[in-house]
Amino acid sequence: MNFETIVGLEVHVELKTDTKIMSPAHAHFGAEPNMNIHVTDLAYPGVLPTLNKRAIDFGMKASMALNCDVATVMNFDRKHYFYPDNPKAYQITQDERPVGSNGWVEIEVDGKKKKIRIERVHLEEDAGKLTHTDEGHSFVDLNRQGTPLIEIVTEADIRSPEEAYAFLEKLKAIIQYTGVSDVRMEEGSLRCDANISLRPYGQKEFGTKTELKNLNSFNFVRRGIANEVERQEGILLSGGEIEQQTRRYDEATGQTVLMRIKGSANDYRFINDPDLSEVHIDEAWMERIRAEIPELPDARKERYVNELDLPDYDAMVLTLTKEMSDFFDATVTAGADAKLASNWLMGEVSAYLNAEQKELRATELTPEGLSSMIKLISDGTISSKIAKKVFKELIENGGNAADIVKEKGLVQISDEGTLRKIVTDILDTNEQSIEDYKNGKERAVGFLVGQIMKATKGQANPPLVNKILLEEIAKR
Amino acid sequence: MTQFTKDDVYYFAKFARLAMTDSEAESYASRLSDMIGFADALKEVDTENVGPMTHPLKLINVLREDIPTDRLDREEMLKSVKEHEAGMIKVPNIL
Amino acid sequence: MTLLTKTATELQSLLHKKEVSVKELTKESLTRIAKIDGDVQAFLTITDDEALARAEQLDNQPLEGRGPLFGLPIGLKDNIVTKDVVTTCGSKMLEDFVPVYDATVVEKLNAAGMVTVGKLNMDEFAMGSTTERSAFKQTHNPWNLKHVPGGSSGGPAAAVAAGEVPFALGSDTGGSVRQPAAFCGVVGMKPTYGRVSRFGLVAFASSLDQIGPITRNVEDNALLLSAIAGVDPKDSSTSPNEVPDFKAALTGDVKGLKIGVPKEYLSDGVAEEVKNAVKEALNVLVSLGAEWEEVTLPHVKYASPTYYVISSSEASSNLSRFDGIRYGYRPEDAKNLEELYLRSRSEGFGDEVKKRILYGTYALSADHHKDLYVKAQKVRALIAQDFANLFEKYDVIIGPSSATTAYEMGQLINNPLTLYANDVLTVPINLAGVPAISVPCGFADGLPIGLQIIGKHFDEATVYRVAHAYEQATDFHTSTPDIWEGK
Ligand SMILES: [Mg+2]
Ligand SMILES: [Zn+2]
Repeated sequence: MNFETIVGLEVHVELKTDTKIMSPAHAHFGAEPNMNIHVTDLAYPGVLPTLNKRAIDFGMKASMALNCDVATVMNFDRKHYFYPDNPKAYQITQDERPVGSNGWVEIEVDGKKKKIRIERVHLEEDAGKLTHTDEGHSFVDLNRQGTPLIEIVTEADIRSPEEAYAFLEKLKAIIQYTGVSDVRMEEGSLRCDANISLRPYGQKEFGTKTELKNLNSFNFVRRGIANEVERQEGILLSGGEIEQQTRRYDEATGQTVLMRIKGSANDYRFINDPDLSEVHIDEAWMERIRAEIPELPDARKERYVNELDLPDYDAMVLTLTKEMSDFFDATVTAGADAKLASNWLMGEVSAYLNAEQKELRATELTPEGLSSMIKLISDGTISSKIAKKVFKELIENGGNAADIVKEKGLVQISDEGTLRKIVTDILDTNEQSIEDYKNGKERAVGFLVGQIMKATKGQANPPLVNKILLEEIAKR
Repeated sequence: MTQFTKDDVYYFAKFARLAMTDSEAESYASRLSDMIGFADALKEVDTENVGPMTHPLKLINVLREDIPTDRLDREEMLKSVKEHEAGMIKVPNIL
Repeated sequence: MTLLTKTATELQSLLHKKEVSVKELTKESLTRIAKIDGDVQAFLTITDDEALARAEQLDNQPLEGRGPLFGLPIGLKDNIVTKDVVTTCGSKMLEDFVPVYDATVVEKLNAAGMVTVGKLNMDEFAMGSTTERSAFKQTHNPWNLKHVPGGSSGGPAAAVAAGEVPFALGSDTGGSVRQPAAFCGVVGMKPTYGRVSRFGLVAFASSLDQIGPITRNVEDNALLLSAIAGVDPKDSSTSPNEVPDFKAALTGDVKGLKIGVPKEYLSDGVAEEVKNAVKEALNVLVSLGAEWEEVTLPHVKYASPTYYVISSSEASSNLSRFDGIRYGYRPEDAKNLEELYLRSRSEGFGDEVKKRILYGTYALSADHHKDLYVKAQKVRALIAQDFANLFEKYDVIIGPSSATTAYEMGQLINNPLTLYANDVLTVPINLAGVPAISVPCGFADGLPIGLQIIGKHFDEATVYRVAHAYEQATDFHTSTPDIWEGK
């Protein structure tokens, strides 16, 4: 029997506000344990939540970017469960009326486009952080407690591990473009759970699903789903039944492992939080947020292909991150040829970032700097070879290509008289090579060009050198 | 009328993280049955076209600006924590 | 007893003329507490050192800029959070809990120049109406020590009635300020929901709780509410409505005032002597130019079950934070997390609290959420609508604060349904969110009777005006229990 894979994802994204969603404590990653806390985060008797306006803005922005309907009336609910990282023993979340609903994200796998529907986007508080030890206890750090999250819940529209991967890449790019989150999985600002089930092809009803947690990278999501599909297939093929379970992906073994069996043990006893008022969004508020959403990756990709004549591949790579795409746009705006700008960004710039393990913004390179260099290449002022030197200078120390070229005397020698003098000097001292060439050894030209370049510190205009060299040899 | 049994008591006590002896459970079962019976009167009220009143005061958009204030000092916080280590709150083994 | 029988205004004048110092006043309160609290048992914590230090500091402050409550001693119900002063909520759960912050009302009292002399007894987590549910002690009614002071603000009401402090703050979720005020013969106000910040009030039922002033007379009460009222950015449920000058509302004029008297408030369940006292009070108001009519609140008979579903549900949610981890009671040798939770909560909470948590957990559970919790919220809407309808025609609604005078100790503790049914006169007010005051209106067998005056949302001014006019025309508020004379 053949089975169809059915996957739905629940993705938690931490919002980049300055304070927590329900308290005015700092909401920043990386502080010493329990340093970013407010009395409200401790759930002391008598404390009350206060709702961060920017968290609402960000929730709306993400919802709009994910093509959701944004609620005009929303409220916050309490979801009850005991755990040491959950101080009130309830999480403030949106159960009844989430900020976003009915959205979609378009993905492309093997050249085929497909829309993954988004059921809902809701705002909620993150939990604190628990560290477990081997000695029989755990430690609670409440810095993360109350950091605003959006939880993005997809419909069960995903049909393969590859589609899940493509969805997450796209989701990450979109969220990152809106600027509401850093979406860094390694810092935990993006976390993903997957609900996985199988059904025989042609069957309408879904099979029993398992929930896969602890997926710490997009690759683990892909592998975890693949492994869980394999496991379920094995059970079904041998006549067994799938049990509703929560499982986690073990990175070391590549297997999914049972965490707990899901029974009817969950009863979250949701109530509309009496401490918090309703939020009503009017047209003006909607408009303000809509106006803040930048051009998103798909739109940019289209523009690059249609208006800048870039190949699909270039457009795709350049729009993977907003930083790269913004940089590219600014470079072209500053006057650079689009294809050259794309080549440099995808080539030298990316290679440099990879080698140095740096982010673009951590370098000294500016769009103006890159553009100034590309312009010098285009008008023949510098050769591609010289450009590499200029580039190194630009990305490490910043500045403008023209100044660097002038300062370091890197201008290409394109004056025929000057070059002819150098060429004749070289020929005078390399009679053997002229002879070799005339005897049919084409390689001798290469040697001579090398000598000329050496004499000009690489600044000689290569096509001109070739032309003059052949003319001068012919004369001898 | 709904009769609350000892098993019911244990079932809901589990969500509320309350432990109790058998005789306590018995006593709660009887008293909670009374409470539930007391609430039976609500059934006769026609609430067909009535919305639930979740807040006595209908305020909207009570929002806070995103500006950090009033940081709680960690040492102050740890004073009421019975067991802690390295600035963190210590809890026993999570089973 | 001399100083503490005076009104706030009279005391201000003495302080201003330097005929008495804040320190003397504070000492008088502390001395009185030392002398009689052994009998009354109103205080859980007496902050004498802090109070005297603060008094000294206040005495050095210039005359100008002193507010109307400057230098006056006050006691706080022990569910109002005080920085560095243990706040128990009447529970073993918080027996040694020392808060790291002050409630907003405490900040406001400090700004008004008041001197906190201690924390007052209450039913555990404010769940009760006799103060017999305190984990620590039984407060006695100063009018008859064999009787309860009412509850859950039994400590505050008894302390004011016994003359230990002229001012106290209680909290009222279903009558917990008004009923003990009635039982103890003092003035107790439950303000409009949203009038006073709940930040720092240990939550019982968030959509019902309000802090309210308890005093010996209406004017003092109005002054104290003025000091604590107003929008608070730390409590999103406080109203931005401006707080009027309540004292200015005390004109003594009730001519043409329209009073609605719900027949449900003078029904068979109300003791004869209480009914008579209320009718007598209405006569007094009529003699002052007011008029009254019998009206009906058709859904008010459902108020008690509605209240117990909603308050227990919210309590089960609010009290889940007491888990033994960050503060509060924690057994020493719990082997694992589950045991820590179970033992902290089972050993830390008292019987009544656990019962209400269980009831609330049941009402919110998936199977009962709709037909119990949401149903009660719908009935609540109808009750609120009943009040709104009456307030289209009437300025105030009047009835008794309690169906009886103070019970004998132990009389009803094992009869919860009778106790709950007795709440029917006070809980509808919390469900509707409107303000109501209890003022003394008579005695039966030496125990005080309370008159309840209910107003429109945010119209405490009218409630105070009526209460004050009535008080000026009568002398019940000037009577003091024998314990004042040290008998
Ligand atoms: Mg979820
Ligand atoms: Zn979530």
